[in-house]
Amino acid sequence: MLEIKDISVHFASNHFVQAVEHIDLSVKDTEKVAIVGETGSGKSILLLAILGLLPENAVVTGQALLDGRDLLKLKRKEWDKIRGAKISYIPQGSGNGMNPLLRVGFQVGEPLMEHKKVPKKKAFQKSIELMRQFHVGDEEMVARQYPHTYSGGMRQRAMIAMGIAAGSRMILADEPTKGLDEKRIQMVAESFQMLKEETLLCVTHDLNFAKEIAQWICVMYAANQVEYAAAEEIFQNPLHPYTQDMLLAMPENGLQAGEGFALSHDEYEKGGCKYAPRCRFCETRCKREQPPMAECGGHKVRCWKYVD
Amino acid sequence: MNRKRKKRVNLPMIFGIAIIGFFLFVAIFAEQIAPYDPTTMMTGYLPPSKEHLLGTNDLGQDIFSEMIYGTRVSLYIGVFAAFIVTGIGTILAMLSGYFGGKVDKVITALTNIAMAVPSLPLTVLLVAYLKPGRTSLIIAISITAWTGTTRILRSRVQQLCEMPFVKIEKTLGVHPTVILWKHLLPNMKDIIFTRGALAVASAMMTEASLSFLGLGTYGEKSWGNVLHYAFFRNSIMKKQVWWYVPPIVCISLAVLGFMLIGYYGQQEREG
Repeated sequence: MLEIKDISVHFASNHFVQAVEHIDLSVKDTEKVAIVGETGSGKSILLLAILGLLPENAVVTGQALLDGRDLLKLKRKEWDKIRGAKISYIPQGSGNGMNPLLRVGFQVGEPLMEHKKVPKKKAFQKSIELMRQFHVGDEEMVARQYPHTYSGGMRQRAMIAMGIAAGSRMILADEPTKGLDEKRIQMVAESFQMLKEETLLCVTHDLNFAKEIAQWICVMYAANQVEYAAAEEIFQNPLHPYTQDMLLAMPENGLQAGEGFALSHDEYEKGGCKYAPRCRFCETRCKREQPPMAECGGHKVRCWKYVD
Repeated sequence: MNRKRKKRVNLPMIFGIAIIGFFLFVAIFAEQIAPYDPTTMMTGYLPPSKEHLLGTNDLGQDIFSEMIYGTRVSLYIGVFAAFIVTGIGTILAMLSGYFGGKVDKVITALTNIAMAVPSLPLTVLLVAYLKPGRTSLIIAISITAWTGTTRILRSRVQQLCEMPFVKIEKTLGVHPTVILWKHLLPNMKDIIFTRGALAVASAMMTEASLSFLGLGTYGEKSWGNVLHYAFFRNSIMKKQVWWYVPPIVCISLAVLGFMLIGYYGQQEREG
């Protein structure tokens, strides 16, 4: 079980940037949770913060408890034992996700060699099995090839195989469908659906993908968590104006674009609701005060409309 | 329109390999090729003839044989010093680029200090203090020469560390030595090879300069050594071209050869 308690991240560089603000989230074993939101809303930063992979100028506060152990307090050596073995990260598959000079089979088996001390040949055999399981390719030949011969979809699935190779049960995925076409996205979604015993926290832009893989969806906007509810609830009965606008902007709902674009992080007025400048229901109170997280019909939602 | 695609040949590199191959051959088979033992003394100051292709020196030693045996010492020192220089440079660069933070600061400071020290005077000083011989020459040559390699490779390591695949290896908990050895090193092999070839060239130059100054290997013939005696026995004044030109040509050719090998990978990159 992964419990994220009040995590905030800011960057102490030339000017102060609040990247993630007071996120609470709990992911129970075998549950699949998707984090959705537009670019710059802090989704990936949240994942990297949990994994302890942010650059040195990032200040992370709060707690991320994996089975009761606070990940944010781990030292480098402790991290090396946990990453890959207990918690693993599946990055965006397009581009340089794999070492161009090593065979894919070797790379998929590498966590096994590292954490389980499996010899090289056995690890390679195991990686062939894993790649077969995730439909990367049936033959041994595929595992012997180099990453550049793979298509985007194949590479992404190979990376999912790599993520769970050492038996990690907690998987954090960062936009696994970026740059893939509809059919490949479907294949990646199927691969994720095969992860029955694993717990998944997946960041994505793709709402349809989120719908397919996740039981819970967390919507983020400008560093804030604005809504958290079961996946069907989000799609059938969205409460937060941002969630509503986002769903309206989907092609199947008529591509009705919301107003304007998200501001950059330092342009928000202090205190008010972050979505106020674009919100259809904006009142004076919204501009003055940040709404608290309210509970409403099984949803957690950060909007003044539902506070009372 | 059926234009045949010509396979691109890296001409400079092939020339380089040919030159170095030739010198290597000479160095390995020195005993078979050399007509005389370079230490036996015969009549001095002989001009080139059938018996002595490049004449003899002041002590009556055959200059041609000296040159052939000299190839061994010059190449040996050049290659070994380059190995050490490139090795130290690569290791420091990987530690500094990968671990960053304090390690990086210390190594960068060390590099800057080593760069600021004038290298030839320091080398001369070291050679004067160390026990004379090949090993001390190699140590003296390598002591400051690694800085350029460290600088260049450090930035390459930093660049690679930002690549997704290195980050992924970190998130998978792969041990740093494995990441450095299996993932970073193969991705820098072209730069290391190029730097290595250039390091041989500069080490050979330094060796020749030191030998010319009389600080070279004692009792062993090297090209710089031959040049030293030619110069200090006034061969230039006496117009004994056969004595002072061959070592200059050999040193220049060998250095050129390694420089050309340094073109490795360059042509492909330039497209």
